[in-house]
Parts: sequence; structure tokens; C-alpha cells
Amino acid sequence: VTRAVLAAETLQGIGASPLRKEDWPLVRGEGTFVADFKRPGMVHAFVVRSPFAHARFAPFDCKATLDAPGVIDVITASDLPDRGRPIPTRQFKDEGSNRFLQRPLADGVVRYSGEPVAVVIADSRYRAEDAAELLRVEYEPLDVVLDPDDAVARGAPLLHPHAGTNVAGHLVVEMGDLDDAFARADLVIKEEFRIQRHAAVPLETRGLLAEYDPKAESLTLWGAAKIPHVNRAILARLLGWADENRVRLIELHVGGGFGARGEFYPEDYLIPFAAIRTGMPVAWVEDREENLRATNQSREQVHRAEMAVKADGTFLGLRDSLINNTGAYVRTHGMTVPALSVSMLPGPYRWPAYRGEFRSVVSNKTPGGTYRSPGRFEINFVRERLVDMAAHRLGIDPVEIRRRNLIDRESFPHDVGTLYDGHPVIYDSGDYALLLEKALAAFDYEAWKLWRAEPAAGGRRRGLGIGYFVEKAGPAEREYARVELNDRGDVMVYTGAASVGQGVETILAQVCASHLGLPYERIAVVHGDTGVIPEGMGAFGSRVAMLGGTAVMRASEQIKKRLLDAAADLLEVSPADLHLTAEGVSVVGAPSRTVSLSRLLSSQGGVIKEEDRFVCELLGFPYGIHFAAVEVDPASGAVHIHRFAVAYDIGRCINPVLVEGQIAGGFAQGIGGALLEEFSFDASGQPLSASFMDYLIPTSEEVPNIEILVTEDAPSPLNPLGVKGAGEGGTAAVGAAIANAVSDALGCEVTRLPLNPQHVVELATA
Amino acid sequence: MKPAQFEYDDPHTLDETLDLLARHGDDCKVLAGGQSLVPLMNFRLARPARLVDINGVESLSHVTRERARLVIGAMTRHAEVEHSKDVAQASPLLTEAIGWVGHSQIRNRGTIGGSVAHADPAAELPAALAALDATLQVRSRRGSRTLGWKEFFVSEFTTALAPDELVTAIEVPGQDPSTGTAFVEYARRHGDFALGGAAVTLRLGRDGKCENVTIALLSAGPAPVRAEAAERHLQGAKIDESSIRAASAEAVKGLRPTADLHGSTEYRVGLLQTMTERALTTAAARARSNAR
Repeated sequence: VTRAVLAAETLQGIGASPLRKEDWPLVRGEGTFVADFKRPGMVHAFVVRSPFAHARFAPFDCKATLDAPGVIDVITASDLPDRGRPIPTRQFKDEGSNRFLQRPLADGVVRYSGEPVAVVIADSRYRAEDAAELLRVEYEPLDVVLDPDDAVARGAPLLHPHAGTNVAGHLVVEMGDLDDAFARADLVIKEEFRIQRHAAVPLETRGLLAEYDPKAESLTLWGAAKIPHVNRAILARLLGWADENRVRLIELHVGGGFGARGEFYPEDYLIPFAAIRTGMPVAWVEDREENLRATNQSREQVHRAEMAVKADGTFLGLRDSLINNTGAYVRTHGMTVPALSVSMLPGPYRWPAYRGEFRSVVSNKTPGGTYRSPGRFEINFVRERLVDMAAHRLGIDPVEIRRRNLIDRESFPHDVGTLYDGHPVIYDSGDYALLLEKALAAFDYEAWKLWRAEPAAGGRRRGLGIGYFVEKAGPAEREYARVELNDRGDVMVYTGAASVGQGVETILAQVCASHLGLPYERIAVVHGDTGVIPEGMGAFGSRVAMLGGTAVMRASEQIKKRLLDAAADLLEVSPADLHLTAEGVSVVGAPSRTVSLSRLLSSQGGVIKEEDRFVCELLGFPYGIHFAAVEVDPASGAVHIHRFAVAYDIGRCINPVLVEGQIAGGFAQGIGGALLEEFSFDASGQPLSASFMDYLIPTSEEVPNIEILVTEDAPSPLNPLGVKGAGEGGTAAVGAAIANAVSDALGCEVTRLPLNPQHVVELATA
Repeated sequence: MKPAQFEYDDPHTLDETLDLLARHGDDCKVLAGGQSLVPLMNFRLARPARLVDINGVESLSHVTRERARLVIGAMTRHAEVEHSKDVAQASPLLTEAIGWVGHSQIRNRGTIGGSVAHADPAAELPAALAALDATLQVRSRRGSRTLGWKEFFVSEFTTALAPDELVTAIEVPGQDPSTGTAFVEYARRHGDFALGGAAVTLRLGRDGKCENVTIALLSAGPAPVRAEAAERHLQGAKIDESSIRAASAEAVKGLRPTADLHGSTEYRVGLLQTMTERALTTAAARARSNAR
């Protein structure tokens, strides 16, 4: 099979599901991930990590390690300029949290098990690991803080004594008259909820290959992901280089990001630093044991929430105080996760009054950051559980109580009254009731209820649960695109967005195909190379379609306009009467009157280029519903997912197959969060889930097929494509829906995740 | 996650292997399928000075039926046992148990001898062998011996093997064709080590009463556990819901399975009781169906 046979030259614009541009090398085993990439003379780095969660250590002797076979260099904090400059936050910056930033290497104190204390450079990873065993670091253990409540307790050991507190960030958002809401309530539900620490865990671990060119005094770094331009700026700043163009970051194939991969970590400084210091290309590939101790973790929150409701089910008020355990240091995301939690807790409902407060605390665990649907997986669990608890107490059907409280179609754009990173949270568009009715019909929810009423075999118990949620998409408020067309009709699209495996090349080519009018197969997309693309914000927060897509759309339209204008001159007709195809521009209704692309292009100097920078300061808000039908085995604690369905309105769907893939993959990760994944630590802060034997990510056996309904009833008014981004809705309410279903099955109220077997047995026997 | 340095031998005959073990026994580990040893080495939790790789010793890979008895060579892969018609006929319990071992990729590489020599208390094979009253053939330069499963499995990750000894085969005695067997376990994910499980063989008389029963539990203690009190409870008894329930309660009396992050001791005891109940129920149904 050749590529030409697979791909007929058709337009394959927005709404089509062409073969992914990315897949050709991947399905043939020709992918180049960072571990596949080699440079002549390349040497290997091994990061020596703290075995203690909290300890002091004195300067240590590296001589035995330096003398070991194959060793080229050993780097400790004292070797770094300024003993290592703190890695800045890039999002949700907050002066207060600057007291808690991480430096590339621990300097006298380690604050989590896995914190880098040295880097060994050797001619092979094996010898680097052998030599690392010869380092004799004398650790003097200190008291640890692990639980978020303990971190704020009086007399708690302080991780960063100069800060005088373990609270790295604190924020209150408030609207409406909460006292009045609770005074008027017929029922108040008050509960504590806990969400366990888990993480993105992309199957491809992090990795970097850095090479320094002393003549040009420039550095090239392969293995960039997610935000190459942002990281270029951070790296240049940490290196003390005024001209960030001396640094080039290049993205290779990326095996998943999900928020964690591609952020600026200590290694993102240490590996380039080692390359400059040794003058050799230095490679580092994180192994899984490191990945589970060093890469951002997420989700660990404790909520004390309260909901006021009238007897007829009308919601009156919502109050929540949460503690977010951000781990030992504040990393690049700053307060993003808890800020998203408090700003989006209200969800799809009308709340006359709301108060959300977060404290984000440091603890002796791996530092945290975002993970697919950050802050929302957590609060959807909290809110949707409260709603079901109210429904149970009031004797109202869970679907019905939601129906009665959904924000009306007429209220959009709907100002939630909260702020996110200084911007008001305004739901851009929506018809929440319509999606609910469509989903109930499409998934035949009545049949689910009949199934629920039938007895299950083997003592199992059946339950249904739903979770209604609002997601967010964008911004990082600008994105760059350049579209170039040559006289052979080949189109190059340069984007500042990045690929983390989600299909960026495919969807941007589709947008270009639709708005330029040339076939998908003629369009190539270039991304992830700061040497070729002047600026970019990258790929995160479901932003690529909204920001990157619109920039490509507008640049494509500019190219088309130039072609049509040029042809109009030549053919002496109005541009409105012209039509662009791969053959050229012809007069509508008179195909013989055509001017070829090559002729048009030659009149424009052979190639035409258009740039665009799309700016959008507001977020888009897709919304959706998860439906879970489960059978619970009260004896073993097993939760069997009988059916799971996701309805999601994303404004406009560029590629249905990729959207469904995003939802299905997100759902799989949601199952991990609902049932399986948890970072556990012993009392001294030792991680107990440091391999895939104990950190349980779902496999194909644990992920059932899901039913998906994607709707386009509420296009975003914030961008001319009408898109909202679709990367996170598959994950957002899996915990909520499964917890509601298990509560229904067992006749109990689930208040913490994950629903592991022991937890379920305890619920069943309580 | 790179192993520490080691020497490597790849003998092609049993004699060569036994010579190497005689010479290096204390310092070396035998590499069979590598499904447990290699990860342990990569974590540097195991640091053998030498590996004796017996993947080239073809004589150790076989499934043989000797009259009713089944003999399986130590280097036979789990997948071969899983798909063997001889095994399915002679010992359906073994076939069923092997199906629970890891994932197909693991079963393609993992071996019978490797699994028993590793002696993980959560592994399926040791429990199945306990239920089947199997024996193990062991060889060294000093001679050969045959050990019952109970002598062989000493404790967690500990067997009666001397450093110079190699398991060469397992032997499963023949069973009456009317015997009903069942292997059930529960793990958090398919292919994970079981949080608890039970292997049962059960033969019913014409009167429907239990003529012979064996119950072995995995993840129940440091080695496979035979629930002898429960077996005695059922011996000669009518097999029904209430006798099964009573026997299952009996089976877990006094057990203190080790707690870990996946389940407390109390949870595991309850689970073992449920697994025993389910295994007995299934085995009884199969025994009744075999008798017809």
C-alpha cells in the first residue's frame, strides 16, 4: 500500500475525518521519539535523586564517582550559577508563591523523595547509574508533612522556613448573599470530600537531548513538548542569555502530555547546562521509576463543601473551602489547579450565591501541576456528589434536580461571577437543557433505568450515575500561524501550537483546506521548532483548535483572497465570481476561464505567505454529561462498568474521529482517577506507588467501550470557527459519574476517591 | 532502572547448567523467562553477580503425559501450558490457573520453573500445584530429588532449592475425570497479582456427598496455603450453599495475609473467603456436570 493509494486528493476540510497526517511514520515504526534520537558523541545523564522526603545534607564528595569507569562529569548545586536559579511560574503567577519555587538541584535540603541532588554524566546510562551508587550523601532526616490538613495545622514543620507558612497560595471568590441563601434553605448538605493524588503518566516519559555549539554559542534541545517557545524563554533566562534565539527547541514525536509533559522541570535546565559544561551532546531519558517520583502529580484536594437547597430542589447557595496539596515546591503552573477549582465549581447550574476558597499547601511529596481537566475532575466530583445527595434527601430524581437548576439558554453569555487568573469566568455559549434531553434520548436512558431495576447475578448491585460539567478551553491568549503557498500548489502551515500526539497537523490542515480551498493532501503542517517558527504558545488547556485553528483559518483566508484578487485582475471579473481549486482559479459557471496556480503564483514571486496572530483573552466553555451504569460486587469491591456514555457540546467539531478519540482516551484516564490510580506514601514520605506494579493505570481490560454524542449546538462566539476545544471533557466527570453510580448501587454516599476494592467493601458493609 | 553489572552464561544442556550452578551457585541466578527477575534487577533490588540463562536448554521444555500423570518441563512457557490439550484433559485446573497469569506477553515468556522457583505467594501456579498435590523434580550435580509442593515452597520468595539445584519439572498426579476444579482470583486489574484467590478440586460420590476436596489459597500467607480444616469440614458432607459457606469461613480462620496499599489484612481475609466460596461453588457445579 502506498501513501497515494490511501489518500485520495479531496478537500477533507472541517467536519471530515481524514487519515491523520501524523500516523504514517507512527504506524510503520518510523516514529522518532526523543529516546530514538541520537547525536554523534552523545553521552548520558543520570539524575541522582533524594531517597528521603525531607532531609538535610552536607556537601558531599564526588571523587569516587568521578573516578568510576566512563564518567565524564558530576554536577551538584555548587556547580550551578547562583547555586541554581529558581524555576519561575509561567501561569497564574503570584508574588507569594515565588517563595516556594524549585531550584534545579537541591542545595542542603531535600523536600521530596525524588528531588534531584546531582547529575552524573557518563558514556552510558548503565555506567552513570553504577557511578551514582558511589556518591555518599549523608542525609539527616527531618519531620515530614504529607497530608494537606497537617500542612496547615498549628506547629506543622515548615518546608520553606523563610516563608513562615506552608500555604503557598490563597484565594477567595465570592458572589451573592450566601448568608441569605443558607438562611432560606430547606435543606443544607454539608460534606467533606477527598480526591487522591494521581497524575498524567504519559506512556512516553520525559526526555531531552541537548547539544551546544561553542562556535555559534548556541544550544539545540531536542525533546521539547507542549510549550517550546515558552520554555525557550525560561531556559535563556536561567542560563543568563539575553538573546533567546541562541536557544533552539525542537519537538520530536511526543507520546502523550496530558498537562505534565513539556513543562519546565529541573532537568530542562540541568541537561542543557551539562551539554554546555561538558561540550558534549547530553541525552537524558526519564525512566518510569523517575517518572512516578519526579514528574508533576495532581488532583490531591480536600474539600469542605456545603450546599443550600429548597424543598423543590432549587439550588440556593454553594460554599466550599478546599486545600490543594501542591507538593514540595510551586512549579510552573503556579496556582492554576486550585484556581480553576474555585472558579469552576459552580458548574452548569444557577447559584444565587457562591463562595469558593482555596489554600494551596506545600508538603513533602512530588511537586504538582496540571493534569487533563485540572481542578475540574476534582470539583465535578464534589459538586455532582452534593447534587445527588440533595436529590436523595429530597426524593427528587437525579436527572430532574439537575434539569431544574441548569443555566437557561437565554442567560448566555453567562457571567459565573468568579475570576480565573484575573479574567472573569463568562460561559460563552450553551444550551444545557438541550444537551441533557438529547443525551437522554440518544443513549436511551429509559433502558438504563430498566436495566438498573433488574436484579443482577452473583449478589452484585446495580447503580446509575450522571455528572454534568462545564469544561474550559483556551486561552493563553494568542497564537501564531503562517501559511505559505508555492507555485506547485503545495501549502505549508507553520503554527505556534505544539503536538502532544493529539492530531494538530491533521486538524490545522483541515482548517486550512476549508478556508483556503486546496485539498488536505497538499497541506503540510510544521510545528514545534523554535528555529523555524518565530513565536507560539503551544498545546495545553484544549487551546489549539480555538487559538491555533483560528490563526490558520485567517491566514488561509488571506492567501485565498490574494489569489482571487490576482486572478480577478487577470480574468477581469469580480473576485466574488471566482472559485479556487487545486488546478487554479476559475470563473464560477465558466470552467474554461481558468488561470493556473503556477501562473498566479509566478505573478506573486513564486510563493505567497500570510501570517496571523489570533488573540482571544476569554476562555471557551464546552459542556457535557457523563452517564455511568455500574455493577458493584460488594464482596470483592469490584466496580464493573456496564455502560458509560459521554455527551459533549464542543461548539464545532473539526474532526469527529479525533474528537471521539480525545473523549475515549480522556475517559480511560478518568477511570484511572475514579477507580485505580493513587500515589500512596508511607509515614516517612516514601512513595509506595513507584512502579507500574503499584501505580495502576487502566489497561484495555479495564476500559469498556463508551457511547459518545458530540453536538455543535453552541458554537463559541469568541472565535470565527466557533470551536471550543475538546481535549478534556472525556476525563472531566468520570469520577463524579462513577461515584454517583456506586452510591446509587450501594445506597451510600461516596465522599472520596478512588473507589478501590477495599473502599467499596467498606462502603458496602457500612 | 538499569541493572548492575553481572557475568552471563548461556548453557545449552542440563549438564552444563548443573556444572555452572555447582561452580557459582551462591553468586548466580538462573534466568528462565525473566518476567520477575529482570524487573528486580532493573530496580537493582536483585544484584546477582552472574546469570545462568537456561533459555537454550531445550530438553527442559516439554509437556508429557505419563499415563494419568502430567510432567511439565521447567522451561515450558506459560502459554504452552495454557494451550496444551494434554494439560486441559489431565489437569483443567492448571489450564484455568495459567490463564490468570499476567498478560499474554508475560505468558509467552514466563516459564513454569521460573514461577515456582520465584515462589511469589501471590502467584497462581504455586497455589494450583498445592491444590493438585503436585511434586517438583529437582536436579544438581549431587543428584536428583523429588519434593512435594509443601516441602518446596518454604516462604515468600523462598524455596527448598539449594544454590546448586535447579527445578527441572513439575509433576501433577492424575485425577479422577469426574473431579470438578475451579480457580478464581480477584486482582485490581486484569493480570495483576491477585489480592486473593482460591484453587479447588472436588470429587463427589454418587450420593452427592464430597469424596475428596482440596482447597488452596493464594495471597493468603508467605506460601500457598492448603485450607485443611475446611477440607475436613467438607469431607463426606453434602455440598450445598450452607456447607460451602461454612467451609469458606473455616478456610480463612487464622489467616493473616499481609496488608499493603491495595488492601488491608481484614479486606484480604474477607476476599479470600469470598474467593473460596466461589471456587467451591464452581467446582461443585463442574463435578456434578462431569458426573453426568
